[in-house]
Amino acid sequence: MSLNDPVMMSRILTGLTLFVHINLAAIGVGLPVMMALAEWRGIRTGDPHYILLARRWARGFVISVAVGVVTGTAIGLQLSLLWPTFMRVAGRAIALPMFMETFAFFIEAIFLGIYLYTWDRFRNKYLHLLLLIPTAIGSTASAFFITSMNAFMNMPQGFTLKNGVFTDVNPLMAMFNPATPTKVSHVIASSYTVSACLLVAIAAFSLLKGRRHVYYKKALKLTVVSAFVFALATAIIGDFSGKYLARYQPEKLAAAEWHFDTRDKAPLIYGGILDKNNQVKYAIKIPYALSILAGSSPNMTVIGLNEFPKENIPPLSIHYMFDLKVTNGIMLILIPFIYILRKRIPGMRGAVPKWLLIGLVALAPLAFVAVELGWFFAEVGRQPWILRGYMRVSEGATTSTHVPWMLVLFVLLYLVLCVSCLRVLGKMFRNKNVDDELRELYPEGGGMK
Amino acid sequence: MSYEILGITVLWTFLYGYLIVASIDFGAGFFSFYSVSTGHKNKVHRVIQRYLSPVWEVTNVFLIFFEIGLIGFFPESAYYYGTALLVPGSIVIILLAIRAVYYAYNTYGISNNGNIVYMALYGATGLLIPAALSTVLALSEGGIIEEIGGQVLLNWGAFFSNPYTWSVVLLAIVSVLYISAMFLSYYASKAEDRTAFEILRRYALFWSGPTILASVFAFFQINRQNPEHFQNMLHIAWMFVASLLCFLAAVYLVWRRRSLGWSFIFVLLQFAFAWYGYGRSHLPYVLYKYVNIYQNFTNEAMATAMLTAFIAGFILLVPSLVLLMRLFLFDARYIRGNSPKKGS
Repeated sequence: MSLNDPVMMSRILTGLTLFVHINLAAIGVGLPVMMALAEWRGIRTGDPHYILLARRWARGFVISVAVGVVTGTAIGLQLSLLWPTFMRVAGRAIALPMFMETFAFFIEAIFLGIYLYTWDRFRNKYLHLLLLIPTAIGSTASAFFITSMNAFMNMPQGFTLKNGVFTDVNPLMAMFNPATPTKVSHVIASSYTVSACLLVAIAAFSLLKGRRHVYYKKALKLTVVSAFVFALATAIIGDFSGKYLARYQPEKLAAAEWHFDTRDKAPLIYGGILDKNNQVKYAIKIPYALSILAGSSPNMTVIGLNEFPKENIPPLSIHYMFDLKVTNGIMLILIPFIYILRKRIPGMRGAVPKWLLIGLVALAPLAFVAVELGWFFAEVGRQPWILRGYMRVSEGATTSTHVPWMLVLFVLLYLVLCVSCLRVLGKMFRNKNVDDELRELYPEGGGMK
Repeated sequence: MSYEILGITVLWTFLYGYLIVASIDFGAGFFSFYSVSTGHKNKVHRVIQRYLSPVWEVTNVFLIFFEIGLIGFFPESAYYYGTALLVPGSIVIILLAIRAVYYAYNTYGISNNGNIVYMALYGATGLLIPAALSTVLALSEGGIIEEIGGQVLLNWGAFFSNPYTWSVVLLAIVSVLYISAMFLSYYASKAEDRTAFEILRRYALFWSGPTILASVFAFFQINRQNPEHFQNMLHIAWMFVASLLCFLAAVYLVWRRRSLGWSFIFVLLQFAFAWYGYGRSHLPYVLYKYVNIYQNFTNEAMATAMLTAFIAGFILLVPSLVLLMRLFLFDARYIRGNSPKKGS
């Protein structure tokens, strides 16, 4: 790797921006849904605790949105700054979803602004809640559009390539390519999961620190149940993604599974290492599982890596990303499941035990790591292509020699942003505790228990 | 109207929208900081915060909208501008980042008093960003971005030694302060806040002089930079005259403390005439001699799809923006500050 290689530097910088942005984007998509859920329960049951929950989440949410908008703006501009040749060619086929994404973002930005400033302005409480609907639709739609563009890069279609220019373009075919349904639904479901897990962790952490207020218990229950439902949905969609890969991007699945020879009754390889001759060692082999993942039948033939020319094979290290992400995903289902079942487990009738609370706090890091790994797997897994089958990454990057300096600048920027963001968030919640806020909001004794 | 003209008009209109909302926002950030550091804090700061808080997020979207639309309609421009603008573009991203984030920290994160360092960052970036963004106008006149041997390069020497570059920078900074002060005077008068109004009126009158001088200066610098463009401008000279008349009307009304709503409408018209006049005479080039709206237009299918998306999006967008304005700009109760406090 050389500092003078704009391609490598552009890859690192783009990866870095997305690495930061994805966390915030996932929160941006999922949190409005969670806020709506809490506020809706609060209005329906007349329980001020849920309203306060929504309010406190909203307050933290604004900060993360601010940083998310910023990193989103960065990636929006960096696409053209770092990948000008790619944008020139691909812009002819996929400008539509990008353009629509900005509209979705507009709607989200407008209604979120209104939501935050109208808590007590409407006599009908549902009116305020309704403002979250366009906010959530806006954020989910923007995830949809931008992910469909990413899906296109994995599965380009809807054009003919003539002398390096896309002709006969069909923008809708490009947008709704075979990768779109699984990719989009997986991204949206996992964003909801991450957001719910983050909120689980906050509630569980407060309980661990010995805060006994019933507010935290309600918060925990609401968020854990949501996290369980979303994580389960994410896993089911993940299974569809496996089937998609087997059919349309077999080299990515084969690289993820270290599956070299085409065969049926293919085993799934978990963990392990590869030696020099590409022999798998120390791995757990689950018979038939890969065939089942790829085609719901143990007799399914799974294409192996040996069928592909060497220069078109993604790095084999994506195996670890895939395994880890799946492991995390399973934990995200398992831990909430134990929480939900805990009253049926003998000896666990009282308060939530400490070890389970620790497990629930761990949901947040597990979920964020899973999202990062998932994206790394998806992106590194389509190397060496920027447009699979059409354009290599090296052909799309900028020719400018200034990328290393920009990389340094952005590393500094993101460090400052992330550290200050966490500090401000921490301060915000330490300064105001739940009891005081309840008394402020409901002076006639809606407060303490 | 051809697709090409329609496309560029849509984009130009959005850039105009950005010019106005961003100017108000950038200038307000500066005045907000200035008022704190000169001890006028309590007089104008509150009015400014009341306006800014619900809208800051929306401003950014206008810029991204323009960028994505430009690439969509004219993919070639991604190649030339994208390659050449790596460094200035990255710096703008960083400035925008610092500004938005520290605004949010200051408004939502810290208790009532605000943080003077955050406000200084906010105020300073408010002037640096328009300065940096406006240099793209100088680049678009040609002669600075060059394609040599298949590689796109930004000629930094030509960029910095060019009087036109500096004239647009100057114009951007003073007109940001002018537009913002004119708007905030109107907003303060709606809020019936006499003290804030008097201070903001002074700012507005003060910045009107440099604005018109900088405009005239930039106007004649175009002649040196790109005579072809200047000739085109002379063909539609009436637009620039109309702009000047609107400027006079706007300043007159503020000076007499009368019809401030109308005064701000004249400001809008002043910049609209100048902006569309400038844009129209720049055609058919997006980047002089390299990107031409007719030769480098996207394919017809994409153009139709994008214009359709645009109309659909617009149908959603306009009522939402109207709602936002009615709730926060034209709601006398909110402006005067009788509504609940921010963010909670």
